[in-house]
Amino acid sequence: MSLAGNLFHSSIGRKFLMALTGLILVGFVVGHLVGNLQIFQDPDHINGYAAFLHQMGPLLWVARIVLLISVGIHIWAATALALENKQARTGNGPATAKHWIQATLSSRFVRWTGYVVLAFVIYHLAQFTLGVAGSAQFKENLPRYVMAADYRVAGFPVIKAGAEVLDVHSMVILGFQNPIVSVFYIIAVGLLSFHLLHGIDSFFQTMGWRSAKWSGALRKLTLVFCLAYFLGNLAIPGSVLTGMKGLREGFRAPSTSRTARR
Amino acid sequence: MVASSTSKSSLSVTLRVWRQAGPNQPGKFVDYAAKDLNPDMSFLEMLDVVNDDITTKGEEPIAFAHDCREGICGTCSCTINGKPHGPGRGIATCQLYMRSFHDGDLIVVEPFRARSFPVIKDLITDRSAFDKIMQAGGFITVRTGAAPDANSIPVPKHDADLAMDAAACIGCGACVAACRNASAMLFVSAKVSQLGLFPQGQPERDKRVLAMVSTMDAMGFGNCTNQYECSAACPKTISHDFIARMNRDYLKASFRSVFKPVSNSTGGGAA
Ligand code: HEM
Ligand code: FES
Repeated sequence: MSLAGNLFHSSIGRKFLMALTGLILVGFVVGHLVGNLQIFQDPDHINGYAAFLHQMGPLLWVARIVLLISVGIHIWAATALALENKQARTGNGPATAKHWIQATLSSRFVRWTGYVVLAFVIYHLAQFTLGVAGSAQFKENLPRYVMAADYRVAGFPVIKAGAEVLDVHSMVILGFQNPIVSVFYIIAVGLLSFHLLHGIDSFFQTMGWRSAKWSGALRKLTLVFCLAYFLGNLAIPGSVLTGMKGLREGFRAPSTSRTARR
Repeated sequence: MVASSTSKSSLSVTLRVWRQAGPNQPGKFVDYAAKDLNPDMSFLEMLDVVNDDITTKGEEPIAFAHDCREGICGTCSCTINGKPHGPGRGIATCQLYMRSFHDGDLIVVEPFRARSFPVIKDLITDRSAFDKIMQAGGFITVRTGAAPDANSIPVPKHDADLAMDAAACIGCGACVAACRNASAMLFVSAKVSQLGLFPQGQPERDKRVLAMVSTMDAMGFGNCTNQYECSAACPKTISHDFIARMNRDYLKASFRSVFKPVSNSTGGGAA
């Protein structure tokens, strides 16, 4: 068989694709979190960062397409393998209830945590990227933010002081002031962290880099990573919900928004 | 085997056994009382005693497979209380003793369940899918010579030991039965690694792993989800590290096959 045939049709090939796309997605979610944590600095940071990303134009689209293809392949492989697994088990009389010997909890729920994360990602994009859910608070519908200082990347001022940019800072805080949105977000990132608890361990096994010699250390590193990832994500809605993080000074809700009319 | 009691007094249990007259026939669980058992009798000896009873009553005895009765042939495959080869670690059913159970226990006995292991009768399954995988590449084609020749090719001690760990596989199929996905990856990885660790196994290393994995897939086994139920149920405690090794070998072989040059004269010689 050809290389593509091996990768897309064999058991190990599809697991490899799942591991590879999983790694791309892990890279994305970590980068995304680090970017988002700028919300704890003054609004110039996250707003400048968002404007900078949008300024990338075609590059942003390349990244989006790579991510979309990765998500597609990851879910396709997970589903195709799972359907085969179900078939491989059936057709031979009823078994007594599965007796788990040593499988971890995260491994037993990996598919379900994956699907919930997918549902969340769709909602998340609808809220913050497309503005379909909660559109009164969508960045396009909020007053523009005027940069107080330059936003710099690697020392270069990429967004200049005085530039009018979208107010992502206020959009995120207004969004998370809704407890339902925040709680859904926290549950989803919790499940994603739980998914990665099995996923990252599995990544090393699928690539053939895991062995008993260091599997204990790998498990601990994975646990620390997933915990840190969860806490980092918890910090944003958590601080908004508890009122520790409020709207920026000088934010005025647009007169057309429902909050203003009331 | 760890005994759950040190008592020497006899015990009585209820067996709930899968009875199926033949392939593709409906099966069902049937209860049998096994009374006054010696705790030091093996599980298979207990089945012999129960079968004596059944036969005297003029009924069809429970069909179960067995051969060596010392844990080296891999024939005595059945699932006991939901775990292949029953309670205990690193033993085959023939090495399981009645002292592992308590008086009054209900013991559920069924065949290894997997689509690729069709039931022949009662507890006996057809595991020839494993043979097909072996035929696809579980061998070394070159003549390796007689025993003294083995020492003429140096094998690093570490590799020899690791290969021996893999070679301990008795091909019983417990890994498939224990896996939620009925994956045969522990079995196949043990065979791939055993041969791939030796100098004599190198020339066919890529071809072997590609062929064995492709046959494994074609036989309808499931795909590993890295839950390691297989190695926990394995009577030879073969490590799932071998699965990682096979994954790496398979991926390397797949990528290498794209770039490896081929001779123009393929087909010449004794092809
Ligand atoms: C942000 C999203 C996601 C990330 C970062 C991610 C990451 C990963 C990683 C690294 C693996 C390990 C691959 C391996 O070596 O086996 C994995 C496995 C898996 N993922 Fe995801 N994933 C994500 C979303 C999803 C979604 C939406 C699904 C839904 C179907 C899913 C289902 C699975 C399944 C079934 C496995 C298999 C694990 C196993 O081998 O049992 N993932 N994921
Ligand atoms: S009868 Fe040979 S391993 Fe049990």
